[in-house]
This record gives sequence, C-alpha cells and structure tokens, in this order.
Amino acid sequence: MTIEVNGKSLEVDEEGYLANLNDWEPNVADAMSKEDDLELTNDHWEIINFLREYYEEYQIAPAVRVLTKAVGKKLGKDKGNSKYLYELFPYGPGKQACRYAGLPKPTGCV
Amino acid sequence: MAKPDFEIPELKADTEAPAVQEGTMSHSSPFIAKPEHQRPLSYPGELVEDWHDRAIAKMSDLLGKYRSFRVYLDSCVKCGACTDKCHYFLGTSDPNNMPVGRQDLLRKVYRRYFTLVGKYLPGLVGAQNLTREVLDEWYSYYHQCSQCRRCSVFCPYGIDTSEISMAAREILNDIGMGQKYCNEIIAKVFKIGNNLGLPEPALVDTLEGLEEDVFEDEGVEVKYPLDEKGADVLLVTPSADFFAEPHVDGLIGYGKVFHEAGISWTLSSHASEAANFGLFIGSYENMRNVSMRIREAAQELGVKRIVFGECGHAWRVAYSFLNTLAGPFDFLDPKYPIPQHILEVTHDLIKRDAIKLDPSANDDIIVTFHDSCNIARATRMGDMPGGQFVIPREVIKAAVNNFVDMAPETIHDATFCCGGGGGLLTDDLIELRVKGAVPRMNALKHVIEEYGVTHMAAICAICKSQFTKVLPYYGMGMDMIVSVHQLVSNAIVLEAKQ
Repeated sequence: MTIEVNGKSLEVDEEGYLANLNDWEPNVADAMSKEDDLELTNDHWEIINFLREYYEEYQIAPAVRVLTKAVGKKLGKDKGNSKYLYELFPYGPGKQACRYAGLPKPTGCV
Repeated sequence: MAKPDFEIPELKADTEAPAVQEGTMSHSSPFIAKPEHQRPLSYPGELVEDWHDRAIAKMSDLLGKYRSFRVYLDSCVKCGACTDKCHYFLGTSDPNNMPVGRQDLLRKVYRRYFTLVGKYLPGLVGAQNLTREVLDEWYSYYHQCSQCRRCSVFCPYGIDTSEISMAAREILNDIGMGQKYCNEIIAKVFKIGNNLGLPEPALVDTLEGLEEDVFEDEGVEVKYPLDEKGADVLLVTPSADFFAEPHVDGLIGYGKVFHEAGISWTLSSHASEAANFGLFIGSYENMRNVSMRIREAAQELGVKRIVFGECGHAWRVAYSFLNTLAGPFDFLDPKYPIPQHILEVTHDLIKRDAIKLDPSANDDIIVTFHDSCNIARATRMGDMPGGQFVIPREVIKAAVNNFVDMAPETIHDATFCCGGGGGLLTDDLIELRVKGAVPRMNALKHVIEEYGVTHMAAICAICKSQFTKVLPYYGMGMDMIVSVHQLVSNAIVLEAKQ
C-alpha cells in the first residue's frame, strides 16, 4: 500500500502508518488527514510536532499522560486532558496523531 | 470514535441467544504477521509450501504432548450446553462462534487424520480434509475466540475451547500463518522488554513525571523506582500501565500503597511487562522466554518478592504457570506467596490497618466491577476458594461507599469477556470487539439505569483498553472505566495529607 504525497508514492502498512519513518514530511500529515476528512489546524500541528520531538528523543510515542501534561503546560490547563486530544483526533490521539506524525503505531494492551 | 462500517447491536435488558445466521463473521480476519514478526518467535516467515503436511504433523505433535487436547476433541457429545455461552456468538449470531462450532472446525480435521472411522468413512462423522479453505476458516474463527473459558464452565465434560484455539493458533504459527498483533508484540518483548516497546529512557521520563504529578497533587514524595537493586518487591505490571489511561491511574495507586505501607519496591526495565502473549498463541516456548525475563530481573535486582499489577492473563500465567516456566524461585522470601497479586498486597494491608482508606473521597461515583475472565476462571487470590472474586470487591468496598454488582449470571465465574481478550485487542478486529462486548454492555447498562452506576472498575489492561474503545459505540463515556487501584489511589490517606 502507498500514499501519494507531492507526487511521490510513499509506502504505508495495512493500517496506513508510514513504513519508513524517514519518508515523513509535513505534507504526509496533510495527505493522511485529507483521507480522514479532517482539516489540520495549528492545534493539531502543536500535537504532531510534540510527538515528533518526543519520538526523536525516546524512540517511542509519549504516554498519554506525558502528552496531556506537555499540552497543558504549553497551551493551558484546560487543554491538558484526553478530552481535548480526542476532540482534535477523534480516532484516538495515540493512534491517529501518531500516524499523521509518521510514528509507528503503539502496540500492546492500549 | 471512528465511524463504523458495520451495524452496532442494540442493547437489551437481558442478553438472549440470537437466531443463528451463518457466515456473518466469515469476513473477519486479522492481519497476518510479516516475516520480521514471525522469525524472532522461531516461526517460518510466511506460509510454507508443505503447509498441509506440516500442519497435520504439528497437530499430531500437540496430540501427543497435551492429553487434554485429544480428550477435548474426542469427548464432545453435542449436548448444546455451550451454544449460547460465548459473547462472540451472542453478539454476532454466527454459528461458528458457538463454542461447539468453533471446536468442530478443528475436530473435523482431527477426525479425518487421526480417527479410524474418519479415515475410512469420513462422511459418517463429519470428517474433512485440511484444505486451503479450512485453513482460512481456522485463521478467521480461531481469531474470534478470546480464550475466556466461559463456555468451559457450562460444558458438562469441561471441554476448554480456549485450549483448542491455542492449539489451532500454534499450528497456524508453525506453518507461517501467524497473527500480526500478537507476534509483533512478542517480538518487541524479546527486543525491548515490553509490549509497547518503551525503552528505558522513556520509562524513566514517564515515572519521573508521575512522581512530579503525585507530589503536586498530594504534597507527598511518592517514588516510582526503576531498577533499584536491593528493593524488597519487584512489581511486574503491564506496560499499558505506563502508557495509557485509565491504566496509569492504577500504577499511581500501587505506588501510593507501597509508599504508605513502607514497603520498598521497584519496577524493572528488563521485565517491564506483565503480559505474556505467548499464552494467547499457545506457545510454551515463547511463553517461557517471556517469563524468564521476570526471573532474570528478580535475580539481578536481588528482590525478595514478586508482585503482579492489574493484568488479567498475566495473573493466569503467573499464578498457574510461573513456577514451572521460570522456577524454582527458591531465592525469594517463602513467607510471601510466590508470586503475589497487588490486590492481595493491598487487601492484606487494609485488613491489618497498615494503610487507611477514606471511601468518602469517592462519594461522587457509584461503582460496579467487571471480573476479568482469566482471573475469574483460571486463578485464585488469597487462600480461600473464590478469593479472586472476594478480594477485588473487598478492596473496592474499602475505597468507595457506593458499590453495586451486575447481574449474577454475568459476574464471578460466569463473567463475560470484555470482547478484546486473548490477542484480539487490535483495530483490525474492531467489529468483532464491538459486537463481542454486547453481553457486558447489556449488564452494565442495566445497573446504570437501575442503580445510577457511574463507573466500572477493572483489573486487566486489556479490559480497560477494550472498554475505553467500545463504550462510545454504545453511547457511554470512555472515562467510565477505571482501575481498581485508581479508586484506592483516590481514597488512600497519605501521612502528609492527614
């Protein structure tokens, strides 16, 4: 399976996650969100950028609590919760936002 | 919540057996494992050319190894007692999801190759050759069994469909047809130490964050130690406890209990996973390899006790198999159960007044409890029969003033699976998961309407994630589901708080 981004075909797995993390560029997130009928706003990009930074340091997506705490610190306490994240990413922040950010899917009992 | 491309069942006051509809779930089939998921588990990377002969040889091997397997295949008399007991049948109407229907998928091949009548007069006993169609049917329907063992409670012969499912999955793995979800995860445990693939620095960062949060909330320095040599207790907990909600609130609770009781404890980065998916794929070798990490960590850290966090099948593997898989544990303190469940620890501390709970801290909620299948039907807690039902409820009742049980035919050893157990907690099986949750959702809806229940507590990472995901499909809030130690965490009186 592939996804078309800027005229390039990028390989994705069965669930639409990028096969090669290095293929990521901001247009990937745009292309994926378009398929989900979701328009990315600055609020979405705040999350996507944080996920990428965290992944770069720790080689894993942040735990939900780590993410909500970071969001709360940066954007205000009223946004530092799962509810806010689910409003942005209705398929689940852990999975949908990770996919847009080019991260692998979190596996396990989550 | 994603928009479903299937019909969501309507909830009813009572769960009734539906009229049979053939093939409603024949399309359900999880992603097949890729070579990189198969090889670390010592399985062929893809379907082998001689899959037919190899599958029959593997079946023969399992029949020789596990006496129970042959007895289960031989002893069914088609009495029908199991037919309306599986949550997946109740939610999908597919007769292959009746436990007897599921067993027969393997039984018909067993009869063809391993019984006299089946060899010579196959039509007489419903014996059938192993064909590619049969193989695909196995892959589909043996990944529609959560190995919860509810049917075995009602079978007069005690046939355990979960063991037949495990055998089927082992045969499938052995010919290179593994399931991606389970095998990718087991490979991650071998490589990194946990299902999620959380490396040590991420664990450190997450645990430091928890210490900060608890200090901010409580003004008490509760520690969440990692790899601390010489600690008394090694806590082995599902990695979802580090990562997901509401799991992490349970982990916060374990830490508060240890802190308040003055028990020195540690987590391990090497054994940062309680779950053991080797069970789900019926593989003794893989189950053993996962278990050995716990032994290694316990020895390395020099602990005296091993305690398991809230994880259903982990407690089954721990309680029933750990000593033979990874024992002997003669280096641990024999004064304590080996291994021990966190609920046993907390329960004992409450009984001895070694920790104090103030249940009024949870007065804003009315709680019910979901018995996790593996804990209910494959383990025990404490030293009395049925302790696995009593102890969690006693801990909950010490932590909350308002507790209500769901209908008796849906709790204790008759509990319904959450719908996501046994290696099925994956998005590619979401239809099955949503439909399989029907009996539990019915029972929950009833206590919500009748008693105003606001929250359902669980003691299994899979149950917690599954309910978080499926509750919204039925118009209920995902935050209804809580960890038992989250309730404890809210209610425990910490010294500095007094």
